[in-house]
Amino acid sequence: MEIFDLTIHELHEKLKAKEVSSVEATRAMLERIEAVDGQVNAYITVTPEQALVEAEAADKRIAAGDIAPLTGIPVGLKDIFITKGIRTTCGSRILENFVPPYDGTAVAKLKEQGAVIVGKLNQDEFAMGSSNESSYFGPVKNPWNLECTPGGSSGGSAAAIAARTATATLGTDTGGSIRQPASHCSCVGLKPTYGRVSRYGVIAYASSLDQVGPLTRDVTDAALLLGAVAGYDPKDSTSVNTPVPDYVAGLATGVKGLKIGLPKQYFIEGLDPDVKRAMDEAIALYKSLGAELREVSLPHTEYAVATYYLIATAEASSNLARYDGVRFGHRAEDVRGLKEMFAKTRAEGFGSEVKRRIMLGTYALSSGYYDAYYVKAQKVRTLIMQDFLNAFNEVDVLLTPIAPTPPFKIGEKLADPLQMYLSDIFTIPVNLAGTCGISIPAGFSAGGLPIGLQLIGKPFGEATVLSTAYAFERETQWHLKKAPL
Amino acid sequence: MKYQVVIGLEVHTQLTTNTKIFCGCSTRFGAEPNSQTCPVCLGFPGALPVLNKQVVENAILAGLATNCSITQRNVFARKNYFYPDLPKGYQISQFDLPICQHGHLDIEVDGETKRIGITRIHMEEDAGKLVHADIPGVDDSCVDLNRACTPLLEIVSEPDMRSPDEAIAYLKKLHQIVMYLGICDGNLEEGSFRCDANVSLMPVGSTVFGTRAELKNINSFKFIKQAIEYEIERQAEILDDGGKVIQETRLFDPNTGTTRSMRGKEEAHDYRYFPDPDLVPVLIPDQWIEDVRATLPELPEAKRARYVAELGLPEYDAEVLVSSRELAAYYEETVALFPQAKTVSNWVMGEVSRALNEDNNRSITDCAVTPALLADLLKLMEKGTISGKIAKTVFDEMYKTGKAPEKIVEEKGLVQVSDTGAIEAMVDEVLKNNPAQVEQYRGGKETVFGFFVGQVMRASKGKANPAVVNELLLKKLNG
Ligand SMILES: [Zn+2]
Repeated sequence: MEIFDLTIHELHEKLKAKEVSSVEATRAMLERIEAVDGQVNAYITVTPEQALVEAEAADKRIAAGDIAPLTGIPVGLKDIFITKGIRTTCGSRILENFVPPYDGTAVAKLKEQGAVIVGKLNQDEFAMGSSNESSYFGPVKNPWNLECTPGGSSGGSAAAIAARTATATLGTDTGGSIRQPASHCSCVGLKPTYGRVSRYGVIAYASSLDQVGPLTRDVTDAALLLGAVAGYDPKDSTSVNTPVPDYVAGLATGVKGLKIGLPKQYFIEGLDPDVKRAMDEAIALYKSLGAELREVSLPHTEYAVATYYLIATAEASSNLARYDGVRFGHRAEDVRGLKEMFAKTRAEGFGSEVKRRIMLGTYALSSGYYDAYYVKAQKVRTLIMQDFLNAFNEVDVLLTPIAPTPPFKIGEKLADPLQMYLSDIFTIPVNLAGTCGISIPAGFSAGGLPIGLQLIGKPFGEATVLSTAYAFERETQWHLKKAPL
Repeated sequence: MKYQVVIGLEVHTQLTTNTKIFCGCSTRFGAEPNSQTCPVCLGFPGALPVLNKQVVENAILAGLATNCSITQRNVFARKNYFYPDLPKGYQISQFDLPICQHGHLDIEVDGETKRIGITRIHMEEDAGKLVHADIPGVDDSCVDLNRACTPLLEIVSEPDMRSPDEAIAYLKKLHQIVMYLGICDGNLEEGSFRCDANVSLMPVGSTVFGTRAELKNINSFKFIKQAIEYEIERQAEILDDGGKVIQETRLFDPNTGTTRSMRGKEEAHDYRYFPDPDLVPVLIPDQWIEDVRATLPELPEAKRARYVAELGLPEYDAEVLVSSRELAAYYEETVALFPQAKTVSNWVMGEVSRALNEDNNRSITDCAVTPALLADLLKLMEKGTISGKIAKTVFDEMYKTGKAPEKIVEEKGLVQVSDTGAIEAMVDEVLKNNPAQVEQYRGGKETVFGFFVGQVMRASKGKANPAVVNELLLKKLNG
């Protein structure tokens, strides 16, 4: 097995036993990136010099007997994470040459542990998209089939795991942007409860929905990486001050007697037959492991996508106002006056999906429409939250598909944004409710494309979600399959 | 036609917190441009605001001092608009749920008390400022974001004022209160206390307000009055000519004393307010309000009433002494050491204020004559060690040197002469040298008496005890 194939916990053991050094592991990863990323396009920026310096520092630390779970591990970051001294583009031309002067909290926590940052990963522009086709730096290809999308918006983060060009990655999930690409690339992707991980230093798309989470090869790694970045941050007033459990220690709890709910609105006619089959197999497996499965209802599910596109775009229209060419990033040339500078800078700097959403959001917030759209959406959001709380009175975890279909072809849904928006129908409600969810590999379609399974937990129920996922992973081999690359 | 003016005021007070409202940067005025900034107040991607608790406490104080009710669940909203000195493309403010509501202030104009409603007080961040480059051939503007994200309270009145004098009385009262609370330095020129005025006219007797013009950012009480007066004239002329006042923002030009249009209605903004998702609602429990209430200082109105009732001061003196918190404190400290309220008042309003005024309007807190020194001086006068006239000389010396009055009196030999023998000799000398005046006096022209007193005082270099001088002169002249 190659070094770049290893999980965090496997590499950690080898680093600890001094069988391999962080410099070796980092070199292997950089070579792998060199070899295959040309086909995948998962990276926007690779940082070899800096990574090797960090790897050497990690090796010194390990030699001194000071090793944390992520010390010396090569990780990649979605290019939405602010990194001091490393170009941070958010997949947009408007930030093409932006080099931030500070590190965000999640990145600082990784650095504290001695993780090695190998580069910044491709994504949909400003995290807007479900297919990674809206990046200014070109689409990411799905390592399982280079003609397919890896999903979005953390498509680069998921594809790097599948292409084995990073041991683990961080992404962000606003409407499914970690779970859906994790599903499409057959890796583990966890969206924690809103407030569990600090958003300080994460470029905002929709502030009330965005959450940072890990994309990894297996559930243990997800537990490790979440543990490393979770926790209260005084710099983010929406982060929640509740203790971070030892997620790894709780993994092997098992599912005997666990009540798993199947929301009837998620198992509808029209679900892709391959997806349906994978779900049935998973349900059967959980039953055999002693879990109790029952149908539950999330009655407001059908309004989730519409609600999401009002709230997310409203917040985005405001969050993206700071890209005006005044202080950083792209500035249009040959302009007369201030207004033209603002307008031309933004016209040149943003892609069409971002513009579409800014316009939608601006409209939703404008006077005369605010009550009908934004306020109404907030009310529906409360109902959706209540749906989940009601369901969690009956069950411990919910089991659902991640996406209605396996990965689709690049370009297939570009012409029809509404069709694209519907591909997040099973992930969006979790963000609106602010609770947590995980995507784990659960099979393949007849065409050999990955299918993921979603487990949704109570607010701050990440430990239960992880142990439920771990029970499945221990009984299956899906997560061990490697993309043909 | 006769018109009634209707005035409502919006006041922005910059709070004197050490750090900004949503980050830890300093709020000091006058630093090198952009030296007091961080990713948060620069609006950098990924940076998030965190509320400064002291701003909330200052807002509660302001609300309690203006009889407002305090909103217990506070939501911050984003006010969206593009401007180069607005780093995030929106300003964090409060919208439908301001922290203070439904208050009032009582003002006095021409001896009549009038109640002015306070609609709301809300917390918000300031923007930065544009600096227009002073380089020949360069017409670029530079952005200084030191001020961006400094905390402001916006205090909005009801349109209850009916004359420029009422507007000024209200503003001065508000100014006095925020200074008393210690939450604003009150500096109009540096923009720490800025005022926008909404002015409209309606026919006398009408109850329907006319269309208003908003006068922006005027930085002195005098200019506010001028701007409103000009606006009344301007609008009256339009209405008299049968025209319509248009709703617009106007700028005051202090050089001409006139206002001019800044932007028209067609550019009216849609600020697209919505709750800021980066900030959680601020909950203010009863206990917090009570804790802040306990720190409320005695406000000018209560202080003035107490000076009149307990110290027996005339209304006028009380009004002058409470005009600033520092002056009142100075007065009270002095009275504590020298309990003759009116004498102290005379001195504070007289010599002390005069000396400070002549010394470039120096602040009372920098006065070399401390309350303790002033009390010592007044005690010397009371004991008869020095005359009132000498006391003024001693005061001037104290003001210059900060020395104790006893020391100055001793060094300069200013002790009052009450020794009858010495004064008698001087009286005799004066009478001998001025026989013509003595004759006049004795002939019935009693006004000459003052002349003799003056001569004796001059001979004693002011040190003679005037009572003894009077007594001896009367005896000798009449005797
Ligand atoms: Zn700052």
